Amino acid sequence: MGVTSWYAWASTLLQVAAVAVGGPLLMGLMAKVKARSEGRVGAPVVQPLRDLRKLLGKERLHARHSSVVLALAPMVILASTAMAVAISPLVSTRPLLSTSGDILVIVYLLLTGSAAAALGGLDVATAFGGMGASRAMTIGALAEPALLVAVIAMSIQSRTSNLGGIVSATLAHPDWVLGPSRLLALGALVIVVIAETGRIPVDNPATHLELTMIHEAMVLEYAGPELAVTSLGEAMRLGLLFSLVANLIVPWGIATRPTALALVAGVVFLGLKAAAVALGVALIEVRSAKLRLFRLPELLAGGFVLSVLAVVTGLVAR
Amino acid sequence: MSSTYVGTLELAAGAVLLSSVMTLWRRGVGSLVSMLRLQGLALAVVAIDLGAHERDRALLVTGGLVLIVKGLVVPALLRRVARRDPGSRESNPRVNVPSSLVFAAALTVLSYVVGTRIAALAPGVATDLAPLGLATVLVGYFMLVTRRRAVSKIVGLLLVDNGIALMTFLLTSGVPLIVELGSTLDVLLVVVVLQFLMVSMGRHSRTERLTEMKALHD
Repeated sequence: MGVTSWYAWASTLLQVAAVAVGGPLLMGLMAKVKARSEGRVGAPVVQPLRDLRKLLGKERLHARHSSVVLALAPMVILASTAMAVAISPLVSTRPLLSTSGDILVIVYLLLTGSAAAALGGLDVATAFGGMGASRAMTIGALAEPALLVAVIAMSIQSRTSNLGGIVSATLAHPDWVLGPSRLLALGALVIVVIAETGRIPVDNPATHLELTMIHEAMVLEYAGPELAVTSLGEAMRLGLLFSLVANLIVPWGIATRPTALALVAGVVFLGLKAAAVALGVALIEVRSAKLRLFRLPELLAGGFVLSVLAVVTGLVAR
Repeated sequence: MSSTYVGTLELAAGAVLLSSVMTLWRRGVGSLVSMLRLQGLALAVVAIDLGAHERDRALLVTGGLVLIVKGLVVPALLRRVARRDPGSRESNPRVNVPSSLVFAAALTVLSYVVGTRIAALAPGVATDLAPLGLATVLVGYFMLVTRRRAVSKIVGLLLVDNGIALMTFLLTSGVPLIVELGSTLDVLLVVVVLQFLMVSMGRHSRTERLTEMKALHD
């Protein structure tokens, strides 16, 4: 018991630390890849971390008519994301509270964060905040069924909806990885992750053009430390989703035995795998244009249909 | 060897269904044809994989035939149609794209519910996959009913045919070679005839949308 609890604490702390540093680095990496492929030099990869430090040193400013919601929302975003990171199988298959690391818990923890972001956007009652919140909620509502059904497809195979259980079962059955059900679920997951992290076919994180921005519109009223907390929460969410996708596709390298060496290797492999996913998403971003808002349901319905197909082929090809 | 056989079969049958759903998703004629080619190739892989597993020479020959006709010739013919009108898209289907995708999901679930009963009559690796063929047939019919352009209708017809072929491969390990030969050449003929029809339609009325043709010309 003593050994396992030491191990669980260590893996949880490592996970949160790795995602808190790694999430902004992934964003920096994607910005760098995009810049390079467009022939620019681009900002250094650590730029998001520097931005966070700069923002943390500024004074707190609130709009005149804002309520307590505006001040609370960043904390809720960060806390719910950090909680989801803590219980997901990222560095090791058995972090603290991993028995509750159920996919439903994680989806709803992430949803708590998005709801808080939307409320924060609505609080000051500016036109942009409301518009961004409404768009983000619409996309979230379309993406969520696809996410749930995709993970159901994976849990049919491994007979558990616990993420750690799915990852361990995949480690035990490497032939599942190239099965049709898993590949279809993967396609659905990629679409959902792009939608949830607001990357290019869905949202453009680099624009502040009023007609197209979604996420940026929600956080327009934040400044200083609160903007830093919100951005960190968003970066951690991106890190979490990329690492989850990476671990569900290629679980190898994750720590399964309680040794310090396995944990260190787990962090290294997690970094490499998440960077590979980020690279792939950045290449998708480079190659595609942002979709019109009214075309988005098509993309997300495609994700949903992929996940339904994943479930059916998983049931058929047993 | 056995697990490679099962894995390949599942992957190829899944690819057949996936490509049929993708034809509902994509609008451009070019990507429609690419999906059809993917489907033909996957279908050929199913036949060849089954033939190699059961040491059935007729099935291997059928697989080769499918590869040539459905994987290469038919897509190339359709590609020529697409090239005549490169920017053309399915702009206004009768059921919009998100709804048709949801319909496709529902049809897939339906064919799973029905198809597993059929497959339960003779359980086996191949027969268990038969619902995927049924789903492809249903998606093809859906496309035939809801899409307006002639190319899309041809693609829907080919989806139905591919779905039937997939089901025959999986359920009966292939019908006699002569029947398969007949039906495959039939499809080729249909595509050629429809292509001529479309060319003459385009020449006469400058549209490929069947609903816009209401009057008879001499």
